[in-house]
Amino acid sequence: MKAFRGQPTIFAAAQPDNRRAELTVEALSLQFGGLVALQNINLNVKTGELLAIIGPNGAGKTSLLNCMTGYYHPQQGRITFNGEAITGLHPHKITERGIGRTFQNIELFPGASVIANLLLARHIHCHYSVGLAALFWPSVKREEVRHRRVVEEIIDFLEIQSIRKKPVGSLPYGLRKRVDLGRALALEPKLLVLDEPFAGMTLEEKEDIVRFLVELNEAWGQTMILVEHDMSVVMSISQRIIVLDFGKKISEGSPEVVQNHPEVIKAYLGDSG
Amino acid sequence: MRKLKFRPCGNFKERYEQDIAIFETDFGRVWVWVGLVLLLSSVPFIAGSYTLYIINSIGIAAIAAIGLNILIGYTGQISLGHAAFFGVGAYAAAILATKMGFPFWLSVLAAGGIAALVGMIFGIPSVRLKHLYLCIATLAGQFIIEYVLMNWEGLTNGPAGIILPRATLFGLDISGDQSFFWVVFVCLALMCWMAVNLIRSRYGRAFIAIRDNDLAAEGMGIPIFRYKLLSFGISSFYAGFAGGLWAYYTTSITPEPFTIFLSIQYIAMIIIGGLASIPGSVFGAIFIIILNETLSRITEYIMNTGILSGIALTVAPLREFVFGLAIVLFLIFEPRGLAEVWRVVRSSFRLWPFSY
Ligand SMILES: Nc1ncnc2c1ncn2[C@@H]1O[C@H](COP(=O)(O)OP(=O)(O)O)[C@@H](O)[C@H]1O
Ligand SMILES: [Mg+2]
Repeated sequence: MKAFRGQPTIFAAAQPDNRRAELTVEALSLQFGGLVALQNINLNVKTGELLAIIGPNGAGKTSLLNCMTGYYHPQQGRITFNGEAITGLHPHKITERGIGRTFQNIELFPGASVIANLLLARHIHCHYSVGLAALFWPSVKREEVRHRRVVEEIIDFLEIQSIRKKPVGSLPYGLRKRVDLGRALALEPKLLVLDEPFAGMTLEEKEDIVRFLVELNEAWGQTMILVEHDMSVVMSISQRIIVLDFGKKISEGSPEVVQNHPEVIKAYLGDSG
Repeated sequence: MRKLKFRPCGNFKERYEQDIAIFETDFGRVWVWVGLVLLLSSVPFIAGSYTLYIINSIGIAAIAAIGLNILIGYTGQISLGHAAFFGVGAYAAAILATKMGFPFWLSVLAAGGIAALVGMIFGIPSVRLKHLYLCIATLAGQFIIEYVLMNWEGLTNGPAGIILPRATLFGLDISGDQSFFWVVFVCLALMCWMAVNLIRSRYGRAFIAIRDNDLAAEGMGIPIFRYKLLSFGISSFYAGFAGGLWAYYTTSITPEPFTIFLSIQYIAMIIIGGLASIPGSVFGAIFIIILNETLSRITEYIMNTGILSGIALTVAPLREFVFGLAIVLFLIFEPRGLAEVWRVVRSSFRLWPFSY
């Protein structure tokens, strides 16, 4: 029985207007001491798009995401989201503005249950005050129930009903990655940023995640940036790909264009060879 | 009327409201109400004045301990200055009552508010400092406040202290052990309930997130610094409120009790009672106050017994020793505290007689 499958209200209710997710990155550079992690990166994301950022290990993909989400402060460059400059804002401010992310090495709360982890991500959508919370006022209760329902929809969507009460720390790696994705979805982000969501997964687990991502993007219009170092999965699902190597953008375009770009081939062969 | 559920044999919840309720079964809720009514209606009549004094001290300490547990147990911010905030509350109540003529209820509430403000100010270092460093910063806060209470004679009257007027509520004298018992325990019950509510709301979730992984908490849109300060504020409100009650209860206050040793006692209460557990804070307060009282009676007894007075000097530090020993033993054998012991006992009772 799938009560919500096919129509999660958080996506259905969203007006096209508040799903707008236009991100631009201009001339972004980031150094760690002498190490240049990112050099003059330019890119943009349009509403409804699934953009992939690929590159060998150490290319600077995570650093780029960390700049976009406020964890790193770039020395040069500008990042704007829906027309507003977000460079140097605190991560929580950026989350409030509608960019939700997952982490490469899963930053869940291991002691808490799946439900508790997802509920936490509803924080920015809870609006009651401390005073009312202390009294557990009926309006607080109503709001909590509503968030609980949203969380259940996400649990349903990701097909993790059977583990909803389990502590996240006890789950196998693949499921934890899925919960991590669920938590980012619970933020109801306009732009969803995923850092290597397939890393360390078995083929079947990868297929599941791909299915969810494609459905999110195509059926629900979720704008996404997908970072991955393995080219193969990305080629089949993304509309546009950006390739990073040693902190520089070496190629951008449709999967076919990127795949045949000589520098990309060199970067990847160099990586594996 | 809805059917009451007493012994669930499975998970039959049908509504999300049931899942966020405090008590899983009506059994729990009914017992808590019955317990409260029994406590409030019998204890003041059967307990003698000395016992009542101990019980009231436990109630007051429990309120402060709940506050500290919100800060340390749930938010993960260690504070060694809780006794100082308790002291700030006691002095605030005393000063408001004597100099500005505030009534009992208002000065106790204001004491909480003032302590909350002071607590938030001393919580500011938590923006940069964590763990041991924050510990040291709050220790500095403890000493600064102690110093101010002792030396700002114009306000606090220095070592001479302040004598409070009798506590009255709705025109009734409530300063006796018996009537103060009702005041303390009604306050304790309310503040327990409010703490539980806070913890199951977005605030509690944010506190726990900050404790467990502040990086991810920020990614979830939680402004960490603001929530740390909020936690300091709530925690010190509890301390200040308890301090205000205590000031009225003892009727005269001096700066002596609000020392680092009292701060450590509060920490001991929540470790022994159970970190991140509201009932645990109450259990811890019961344990520590009774332990404290027993130990000082024993030392007193030894001191006064002719034959034993020779060894009295050597047993005087016994109190501190047993105290430290209790903490260490709990940390080793039951790090989740009395709350966990209680949970185990309760669940074996709940399943009885079908224990498998
Ligand atoms: N916090 C940091 N401090 C110092 N160097 C860093 C830090 N984060 C990343 N780097 C360096 O920046 C480069 C890019 O790293 P990263 O963005 O993690 O690459 P990718 O995600 O593409 O594998 C690496 O050389 C890495 O060592
Ligand atoms: Mg990376």
